[in-house]
Amino acid sequence: MPNLALKIEDLTVAYHSKPVLWDVDMSVPEGVLLAIVGPNGAGKSTLIKAALDLIPRAAGDVRFFGQPYRAVRHQIGYVPQRGTVDWDFPTTVLNVVMMGLYDKVGWIRRVGKRERQLAMEALEQVSMTEFADRQISQLSGGQQQRTFLARALVQDAQLYFMDEPFAAVDAVTERAIVAILRQLRSRGKTVLVVHHDLQTVPEYFDWVTLLNVEVIANGAVGEVFNVENLSRAYGGKMTVFDNQTTAFTTELSDVKPNNAP
Amino acid sequence: MSNPTTRPNGATQVFLLIGGIALLVGGIALSPIRFDYTLITVALGGGILGTLSGVLGSFSVLKRESLLGDALSHAALPGVCLGFLVAGRELPALLIGAGLAGWLGMVLIRAISNTTRINEETAMGIILVSFFAFGIALLSYIQQRPDASQAGLDKFIFGQAAAMVRRDVWVIGAVGVGVCVALLAFWKEFELVTFDREFALANGYPVRSIELLLISLTVVAIVLGLQLAGVVLMVGLLIAPGVAARQLTRNLAQMVLLSGVFGGIAGTTGAVLSALGEGLPTGPLIILVASAIVFTVILFAPQRGIVWMTLQQRRHRLQLSMRHILRDVHRYALEHGGERVAIPEPMLRALRGREARLGVRLLEQQGLLESLGAGWRLTAEGLQLIERDERNQKLWRAFRIYSLQVDTSLLNVSRDADLTQTLPLHTLNELEHILENGS
Repeated sequence: MPNLALKIEDLTVAYHSKPVLWDVDMSVPEGVLLAIVGPNGAGKSTLIKAALDLIPRAAGDVRFFGQPYRAVRHQIGYVPQRGTVDWDFPTTVLNVVMMGLYDKVGWIRRVGKRERQLAMEALEQVSMTEFADRQISQLSGGQQQRTFLARALVQDAQLYFMDEPFAAVDAVTERAIVAILRQLRSRGKTVLVVHHDLQTVPEYFDWVTLLNVEVIANGAVGEVFNVENLSRAYGGKMTVFDNQTTAFTTELSDVKPNNAP
Repeated sequence: MSNPTTRPNGATQVFLLIGGIALLVGGIALSPIRFDYTLITVALGGGILGTLSGVLGSFSVLKRESLLGDALSHAALPGVCLGFLVAGRELPALLIGAGLAGWLGMVLIRAISNTTRINEETAMGIILVSFFAFGIALLSYIQQRPDASQAGLDKFIFGQAAAMVRRDVWVIGAVGVGVCVALLAFWKEFELVTFDREFALANGYPVRSIELLLISLTVVAIVLGLQLAGVVLMVGLLIAPGVAARQLTRNLAQMVLLSGVFGGIAGTTGAVLSALGEGLPTGPLIILVASAIVFTVILFAPQRGIVWMTLQQRRHRLQLSMRHILRDVHRYALEHGGERVAIPEPMLRALRGREARLGVRLLEQQGLLESLGAGWRLTAEGLQLIERDERNQKLWRAFRIYSLQVDTSLLNVSRDADLTQTLPLHTLNELEHILENGS
């Protein structure tokens, strides 16, 4: 049994009295690319935020590499949704990336040459070198996303949480991000991605969590990403995806749809 | 790889600072005003306070918390009155009172917005009016007391720089140095929390404490500034310099410095003018100067100013229009027998409207169009240009659709790029192939 990068037990998050996440249990082995999918309002982003202590949880326990968040936060990287910041903020791409290193630089000290170097290397990985001194207000959506990704890369974490990195980016950027995710995996990192496009799950990811307030299924894509689980997660909306899901299941040869009469 | 990390920012910032100080000193030295002891005191006090407000106000502007500054300065008034009632007219007592009241106002705003469904903006409004109303009521009560005449507390409403003495300047200066030290020490953290609060939280920063420190420094600036600008207009001295600075720079450190310079100019000028004139309240004068700076900058700032943006827009429209004219001339010619056939001028005007005349004249100057009889036709150079342009457009059409299959390393191709100049040859060949044979 490989080590667990993340283990969540009985996690419940509520808004007033309404549960947003209910009794979530999930385990994520080290070195996988995991997609968190589910319909709108399923609590996908909430799951990430609750795990990272960004919002209070009503109950539950979250362990990273067997330890609580506080103890291992230096090994955890985070890519928030692009829309959460003001992209008209007066700063450059390079500066934003270096923000990923502030934590390591520590209080009072200023960033130096070494940090610049690391940030430039991260920008190179996301093909943004020539944008280093660019004002962030001049970036396209895809470039903004890659800037955020570079900021996470400089953190050099073991476990990454990414909130909708594929939302509203162009196709080329999407491919570039996928390439980076795979590279992270090949270096033994674990990446959890909130994802909205069911169609690309089998192609991009090897592990999946189907979420709809509760965890519907959590496991290897080949084992749990099937019509039965999808229809349990998406319910009536499933008809919309009918054609797509047939396509999935033909790809996943060992899984047969068994909800037919 | 070249070293793109060396940046001229440090130098620019120093220049800004030196320039601002030179402007201040020069203005004072060259002005026809005779500076006696009192006036120098007032100018110094006004300058330091303005700088301090401008520096801290930049963060309020970036966090979109203008209303918070307004609420806190209004909330300080009852504190000033209570300070007077407890300790008499002693400046430290009044400032401590103001500080405590402002701080209480802030805590209440946070408490209301965190525990109820009332949003923060509404909470600020409630605290602003209730504290201010209480302050005015206390003020009327104090005015009726026998010692009211020496109190002069009503000066806190619109500000009175002339009341400042040398000792006040020393206090203000010392606090100012303290604020600057704190700002330098926690610069990274203030920047991070202002730009991306969530990321700071995820990195384990004590975000609430950092925000509390920043807002407390702002409260200090507000409280010190009350005497100068008054509770009603203090927010102007806090916000206006930051708004103006924001339009002129793309770098946080520069913005903060520039904002300090603007605040200093407004503070000094307003304070001196008011001290010279009999009974002119300082607050309105300071804010008039600050607003003049803001409106000038909003109009004329490069890149973000209204004038610059309007001109830029017009230039872009004209460029597009010129491209369209070339295309129209070309199409007409092809439809009427040959590449060099002329299009009648009225026809072109009907197609391209008002901009046609200017566009045609510019194209003629560039040697792309030439007149022939009562019409226009492409020069050889113009023909070459339009053929290149059309090929580029076709390539783009293909690139937009097939760029995925072609080459994913081409992430950063700008939308107005000439693809034949930008793409590597093999990619170009591939696109051409697609264009000729379909996908």
